[in-house]
Amino acid sequence: IESLFKDEATEEKGERARMASFIGAMAIADLVKTTLGPKGMDKILQSTGRGRSVTVTNDGATILKSLHIDNPAAKVLVDISKVQDDEVGDGTTSVVVLAGELLREAEKLVATKIHPMTIIAGYRMAAECARDALLQRVRDNKEDAEKFKADLMKIAMTTLSSKILSQDKEHFAKLAVDAVMRLKGSTNLESIQIIKKPGGSLKDSFLDEGFILDKKIGIGQPKRIENAKILVANTAMDTDKVKIYGARVRADSMSRVAEIETAEKEKMREKVQKIIAHGINCFVNRQLIYNFPEELFADAGILAIEHADFDGIERLALVTGGEIASTFDNPESVKLGHCKLIEEIMIGEDKLIHFSGVEMGQACTIVLRGASNHVLDEAERSLHDALCVLSQTVNDSRVLLGGGWPEMVMAKAVDELARKTPGKKSLAIEAFSRALIAIPTIIADNAGLDSADLVAQLRAEHHKETSNAGIDVISGSVGDMAELGISEAFKVKQAVLLSATEAAEMILRVDEIITCAPRRREGM
Amino acid sequence: MALAFDDFGRPFIIIKEQEQKTRLRGLDAHKSNISAAKAVAHILRTSLGPKGMDKMMQSPDGDVTITNDGATILEQMDVDNQIAKLMVELSRSQDYEIGDGTTGVVVMAGALLEQAERLLERGIHPIRVAEGYEMASRIAVEHLERIAHKFEFSVTNIEPLVQTCMTTLSSKIVNRCKRSLAEIAVKAVMAVADLERKDVNLDLIKVEGKVGGKLEDTELIYGILVDKDMSHPQMPKQIEDAKIAILTCPFEPPKPKTKHKVDIDTVEKFQTLRQQEQKYFDDMVQQCKDVGATLVICQWGFDDEANHLLMNRNLPAVRWVGGVELELIAIATGGRIVPRFQELTSEKLGKAGLVREKSFGTTKDRMLYIEHCANSRAVTIFIRGGNKMMIEETKRSIHDALCVARNIIRNNSIVYGGGSAEISCSLAVEAAADGYPGVEQYAIRAFADSLDSVPMALAENSGLQPIETLSAVKSQQLKENNPCCGIDCNDIGTNDMREQNVFETLIGKKQQILLATQVVKMILKIDDVISPSDY
Repeated sequence: IESLFKDEATEEKGERARMASFIGAMAIADLVKTTLGPKGMDKILQSTGRGRSVTVTNDGATILKSLHIDNPAAKVLVDISKVQDDEVGDGTTSVVVLAGELLREAEKLVATKIHPMTIIAGYRMAAECARDALLQRVRDNKEDAEKFKADLMKIAMTTLSSKILSQDKEHFAKLAVDAVMRLKGSTNLESIQIIKKPGGSLKDSFLDEGFILDKKIGIGQPKRIENAKILVANTAMDTDKVKIYGARVRADSMSRVAEIETAEKEKMREKVQKIIAHGINCFVNRQLIYNFPEELFADAGILAIEHADFDGIERLALVTGGEIASTFDNPESVKLGHCKLIEEIMIGEDKLIHFSGVEMGQACTIVLRGASNHVLDEAERSLHDALCVLSQTVNDSRVLLGGGWPEMVMAKAVDELARKTPGKKSLAIEAFSRALIAIPTIIADNAGLDSADLVAQLRAEHHKETSNAGIDVISGSVGDMAELGISEAFKVKQAVLLSATEAAEMILRVDEIITCAPRRREGM
Repeated sequence: MALAFDDFGRPFIIIKEQEQKTRLRGLDAHKSNISAAKAVAHILRTSLGPKGMDKMMQSPDGDVTITNDGATILEQMDVDNQIAKLMVELSRSQDYEIGDGTTGVVVMAGALLEQAERLLERGIHPIRVAEGYEMASRIAVEHLERIAHKFEFSVTNIEPLVQTCMTTLSSKIVNRCKRSLAEIAVKAVMAVADLERKDVNLDLIKVEGKVGGKLEDTELIYGILVDKDMSHPQMPKQIEDAKIAILTCPFEPPKPKTKHKVDIDTVEKFQTLRQQEQKYFDDMVQQCKDVGATLVICQWGFDDEANHLLMNRNLPAVRWVGGVELELIAIATGGRIVPRFQELTSEKLGKAGLVREKSFGTTKDRMLYIEHCANSRAVTIFIRGGNKMMIEETKRSIHDALCVARNIIRNNSIVYGGGSAEISCSLAVEAAADGYPGVEQYAIRAFADSLDSVPMALAENSGLQPIETLSAVKSQQLKENNPCCGIDCNDIGTNDMREQNVFETLIGKKQQILLATQVVKMILKIDDVISPSDY
C-alpha cells in the first residue's frame, strides 16, 4: 500500500497505540511519585537554556512544566497537573499519580480482554461513588470561627509538611493563615505580596501588615514620612513625548534647539508642579523618573519612587486606597492614597520602603528569608500552594482528614459498589479502588515504611464505621488523623479525583495515535 | 501514449519528462485509489457510534488533540495521498453543510469503494458501476423520505430536540453529562432561532471555554462573555443598567493614513501642540460621557492618560476586544458599532442589565459577563473542564449538537438512528435492484451491501457479533415491517430505536448518502494518475 501520510508522520493503531499512551502516562506518574507525601524527595531540574539555571522542587506542577515531553498521553497528564495548579493550587502531584495508577490498573484489565469502554463505564461509576462517600464524611466548621481557623491552620500545616518548609511548618502555617484571613473571603492572592531576600534563615520570615516595596528612595529626599499622602501614577517622567503622530522637532539653529529644550524642561517642571499641587508628600511612579524631576521633587520635600513594577503599583494603589493616575489636571478629583508611616527599613543588606498603617487591611506582605535563592524559590512555591489552598477553603469550608484517610474512605465505598454491580464493570470498579489505595501505599513507601503492612492495617481499621485512621508517617504507624490534626481541603481532593478520572478516561478512549511530521524550522 | 506523431510523421512529446513522473493506468489506478480511500475509512471506522474510540493526534508543533469527530481527525491527519485528500474534503463538506455525521459519511464512502473494487475485478466498467450507485442512492433517499417522521416541537416543548442532541452527544467523550449539554445546546439554539423563517444563525452562539472546574459547571449565559477585564484595575467590577458605547477607534491621538510631518520649530508650536494633545484626550472622554455611556468597549488600546481620564470621570472601559466579539456585543445589546467619537449619539449606545467581572481559580484570570441584554438574541455557552483537550473536544461536540438542533428547526423530519435507517434503505435498495435490467443491477446490489457497513461497524465497535447481529436485525425489520429496528449499542435490551430515543435528522442522513455517492463516482471515474515521482 502506498503511504497515506506525509513522510515522517507515524501512525500507531489499536493495542500498540494504547500501550504507547499507557507507558507514557505511567512513566510521568512514576517520575513524580517519589515526591508524594511528607517524606517525599525533591527533584533537581536543570534548564537547557543559557546559564543552566537549577531549580530544586517537589512541586508536581513545577516539575512537569519544565519537562520536554514527546509522548502525547504524557502531555495530557502534564496538562491536568497545570490545571490543578491554576484551579486549586495544591494536589498537583496527587492528581498525576492517581491518573497514572488508574491507567496502570486499566492496562491489566485490557490485558485480560476487557473492552476499554467497559473500563470507562466502571471508572465513572466508581468516581461518582467515591465523591459521594467523601461528601458524606466532610466536616464543615464554617459557623464556628475559632474551629474554622483551627481547621485552616491544620490544612496549611498538612500542605506545608510535604514541602521544604516542613521544619517550620507551624510558623509558616500561621503566616499563611493570617495572610488569608486578612483577605476576608476574596480569592485574590495578588494582594498578598511575597518578597524574597536571601540571608538569615527560613525562621526569620515574617508577615508584615503593611506594604513593602522593593525600591530605593531618591537621593536627598526624606527617609521617613508620617501621615503620608501618596499619589500613585503611571506616567512618563523622563521626557514627555508629544503623542501626536508624525510630530518631530526641526530646528535650524543651535539657539532654537536650546529654546525647545528649555520648553521641554519647562513642560516637565509644570508637570511636576501639577503633581505637587495635589498636596502630596509621596509620589510613586511606574515608569522611570529622570534626575531632573527627581531633583524637583526633592526640593519640594516629596518622596519620589521610580520604576515600581506594574504589580507593585496595582497593589500599592489597592492597599493605600489611591487611584493610579496618569493625568494631573484635576487635583481635587484624584483620590490620593494614605498611610500612617513610610520609612526605609533594612532587611539583611537591602533597603526597602515600608508603608505601614495603610487604609485597606486586606493586603499584606510576607518576607521570606532563607539561605539561598533556591531555598527561597522553593519556599515561595510551597507558600503559594498553602495560600491557594487556604483561600479556596475559605470559600468552600468543607474539610477532610489527611494522611491517606480520604483515599481509604473512597476505596471502601467503591469496593462495596463493586460487590453490588453485576457485569464486567465491577472489575473496573474494583480496579479503581486499588488505584485509590495506591496513594497511601506510595506515601508509606516514600517514608521508608512497610507499606503492605500499614495499608493492610489501615484497611482493617476502616472496616469499622467512622474510623479516623490514616498513616502517621512520623511514628510510622496507623494513627488517628483527627487527633494528629492532619486535614485536607475537600475542594482539592474532589478536583484530584475528578480530573484524574477524566484524564484516565480520555487516554483510555484512544485507539489510534497519529503523529504529524514535526514542523521544520528555518535554519535547522 | 505520451508520444504522438504530427502531420509529417515526426514524433513529439505530449507529456514532458516522462521518467520523472510516475503513472498508473487502468485497473491499477482504480485499485490504488480505492485502497487509499479504504485506508482512510478504516481509520475512522472505529470511531463510529456510542462505543467508538477516540484518536489522538499530535500536530507538527507538538500539540495534542484527542477527538472522535471525523472531520477534525481527517483535517489534522496531515494526509499526503490525493485520493485520501478527497475523503478529507468529503468529511469537511458534510461538516459545513450538516455539522454532524462526518464519520459516517467517510465510512459509507469507503464501503462503497470496497464493493466497487469487487465489481471492477469482474470486469464491469467503472462508469456502469457509478451509474448504478447513482440510481441506488436515488432509491435510498426516496425510501428515507418515506420512513422519515415529522417531529413536533415548539418553544415550550423542547424535549424532542434535546433527545436528538443527546444522540449526537452520546458518541463523544462528554456523554457523561449529555443530558445537561444537550439542554444547553437546544436552549441556545432556541434563543437565537428565527422560527418564522426556520433559520438559525449559529454565529450568534459564542462558545467560550476556560480550563478548570468540572464539565458539569458548563453553563449557558444569556448574554456575552468576553475574555477581557477592565482597563484600569480600580474601575468598578459591576455595572448595573449599563449603557455601552461600542467603539472601533483607539483612545489615542489620531493617526492619519496620509504621510505627514508636524514640524516643531518654535517654542510656541511646541506648547500649542501639547495643549492640543491634552484637549484631544479630554474631548474623547467627554464625548463618551456626554451621550450618557456608562461603559466603553473598545477594539483598540488606550493611552495611559486616556485610561486615567476614563477612570477619573468614572467611566469604566474595556480595551482590545476582538472584532467578532464586538459585533456580538453590538447585536446582543442593540447598540451600534461607532467608528468615530464624533458620531457617538445616545441612540447608538447598547444596553445591558448587568455587566460584571468574574475571576477564576488561583491565577488572575478574569472574564467579563454582559448579561440581561436588551436583545437576548446572542448567547454564550461557557465550557469548563479538567484540561485543555477536554475543553476543545467539548467545543467540537457542542458544535455538532448545535448543528443538529439547527437542522431540525430547518426541517423537522427525522429518521431513527442506531443504523436502523441504513438497514431499512439497504432492504429497499436490494428489493428494487431486481427491477433494473443490465449491469447496473449488480452495482445497485453492491450499494445495498455497503449500506450495511454502517450498522456493521456500529455492532463491531459495541463488542457485538457484527454479522449475527446485523442479520438478526434485518430479518426483524422484514418480519415486523418496522424500519426502526437498529443495533442495540448500549445493551439496553431493545432493538427498537423509537424506544431508545435515538434520532438523527433526515437531511443529515440524506446528505451522507448523496455526498458519499458523489465522491465515489468521482473516484471511480479516474483511470489515470500522473504524479511527480519522489526525488
